[in-house]
Amino acid sequence: MFDFLEGYDLLGAFWVTVQLTLYSAAGALVWGTVLAAMRVSPLPLMRGFGTAYVNVVRNIPLTVIIVFTSLGLFQTLGVSLGAEDFTTVNFRLAVLGLTAYTSAFVCEALRSGINTVPAGQIEAARAIGLTFFQVLRLIVLPQAFRSVVGPLTNVLIALTKNTTVAAAIGVAEAAALMREMIENEAQLILISAIFAFGFICLTLPTGLLLGWVSKKVSVKR
Amino acid sequence: MKPTTLYDVPGPRAKRHNVLLTVGFLAALGVLVWWVVQSLADKNQLEWDKWRPFFTDSGAWETYLLPGLENTLVAASLAMVIALPLGALFGIARLSEHRWTRGAAGTVVEFFRAIPVLILMLFANAAYAEFTDVSPDSRPLYAVVTGLVLYNASVLAEIVRAGILSLPQGQTDAAKAIGMRKNQVMRHVLLPQSVTAMLPAIVSQLVVIVKDTALGGALLGFSELLASVRPMSANYGANTIASFTVVAVIFVVVNFALTSFASWLEGRLRRGRRSTGAVVGVGVVEELATPGEHLGRDDIEGR
Repeated sequence: MFDFLEGYDLLGAFWVTVQLTLYSAAGALVWGTVLAAMRVSPLPLMRGFGTAYVNVVRNIPLTVIIVFTSLGLFQTLGVSLGAEDFTTVNFRLAVLGLTAYTSAFVCEALRSGINTVPAGQIEAARAIGLTFFQVLRLIVLPQAFRSVVGPLTNVLIALTKNTTVAAAIGVAEAAALMREMIENEAQLILISAIFAFGFICLTLPTGLLLGWVSKKVSVKR
Repeated sequence: MKPTTLYDVPGPRAKRHNVLLTVGFLAALGVLVWWVVQSLADKNQLEWDKWRPFFTDSGAWETYLLPGLENTLVAASLAMVIALPLGALFGIARLSEHRWTRGAAGTVVEFFRAIPVLILMLFANAAYAEFTDVSPDSRPLYAVVTGLVLYNASVLAEIVRAGILSLPQGQTDAAKAIGMRKNQVMRHVLLPQSVTAMLPAIVSQLVVIVKDTALGGALLGFSELLASVRPMSANYGANTIASFTVVAVIFVVVNFALTSFASWLEGRLRRGRRSTGAVVGVGVVEELATPGEHLGRDDIEGR
C-alpha cells in the first residue's frame, strides 16, 4: 500500500519544514523583541516606526511577502543573502520572509506580556534609579517572556503551518513534496492523509508541550 | 500600556539623551532608506515609466488590479458565507451534552485547525480534478474556497463556542426558568446574543481569509490580486517592485480597514448599554486558530 513512497524523501521534506520553522522562530523572536522594545520606548520616532511596521506587515499576506523575496529581492535586486546555489538562496529568502512576517506577531504578543507586569514594580525599579533600558531588561522583559509563553506558542504553531507558503518559491518542504506527489501518483487520499498526519505530529505536541511549560513558568500573582 | 509607567516625564538630561538617540535612530533609518533607494535606482526600478501605469493609466487597474481584487474578495466572501453556518453547527455541537456529538465535532475541529490551509487547498484542487467534473477554469476558485472553508469553519466553530460561553450564566438560567427546552434556549436566547458578541472576532477572521486567498494565486493558478503581479510586470517593462508595492498597498488598505472596523466594533460592544457586555475580542482570534487551545469561560470574560 505504501510502496509508492519509495523515491520520495518524505522525512527530508518534513525536516526542511522543521528547519524553516526553527530558523524563522529564532529570527522572529529577536527582531520581534526589538520591535516590542521600540513600541514601548520613550522616543516617538521609534514608537512610530514599530507601530507602522507591525500594522503594515500584519496586513500583507505572507504569500505576497515570500513571493516578493524571490521575484523582487532576488531576481530584480540581486539580493542573494550570501548563498551560492538556488536551493540555499530560496531557503534563506523564505526564512527572511517568514521572520519579517512572524516578528510582527511576536511583537504584539510580547507587548501584551509587558502589560501584565504590575505598574508598582516598574515604579519601584525607576525609584531605585534604573534607566529605561535597565527597567526593560531586568524587570519587565523577563516577566513578560514568562507570561507570554502561551501566546508565543500560538505564534510558533502558526509559523509551522505558514512554512508551507515557502513552496511558492520552490523550497523543497512538505507542501512542495505533496504537490509533486499528487501530480505523479494516483493515491490522492493516502498522500493527503500522510501530510495531514505529518503536520498534526508537528503542531499538536508543540501545543501540548509548550502549554505545559507556560503553566510551569508563568509568574503567579 | 500607559507610557508614563515605563519612563518619567523627561528632565533636562533625559531630554538630551532622547534627542541623541532619536538622531542616531534617524541616521540608521536614513542609511537603510538610502541603501534601498540606491539599489532600486541601480536596477532602474525607480524610473517614472515603471510607476506611471498605476497613476496615469486606467488600463493597469481595469485589466489586472481590479479583476484580481474582485476575485480575492469573491473567494473570501464565499468562504466566509459557507464557513459561518458550518462553524456555528460545529461550535454548538462541541457544547452538546452528548459525549459522542461533542467528541466527533471536537475531532473534526481539532483536525482541520492543525493542518496548513495550503495542504487543504492542494488536496481540494486534486480532488476536484479526480472526482468531479468541475471545469479546469473554475477549479482554482473551487479549490481555494474549499480549502478556506475547511480551515476557517473549524476556527469559526471555536469563535462560536467562545461566543456562547462568553454569555452570562443568568441568560441560560432565566430561559430555563420560563420553561424553555435545551434547544429553545440555544436558538432563542444564546445564539442570537452570541452573534453580536462574536462579531469583532468574525470580522478580524475575515482578514485572515483575505490574506490566505493569495495562496491560491501563488500555487493553484487562481487569478487573484497577487497573481496579477507577473502579467503586469511583463506588460509594463519589468516593473516588479512597482507592481508588488501597489498590490501590497491594496492588501494593506483592505485589511487595515477590516481590522480597524473590528476594533471599533469591539469597543462599541463593550461600551454598549443594551448588550450583556459579553464580547469575543479581536485579540483572541490568533489563539482560537491554534489546535489544542480552548478558551474557558474565565479566559473570555477576563479580557
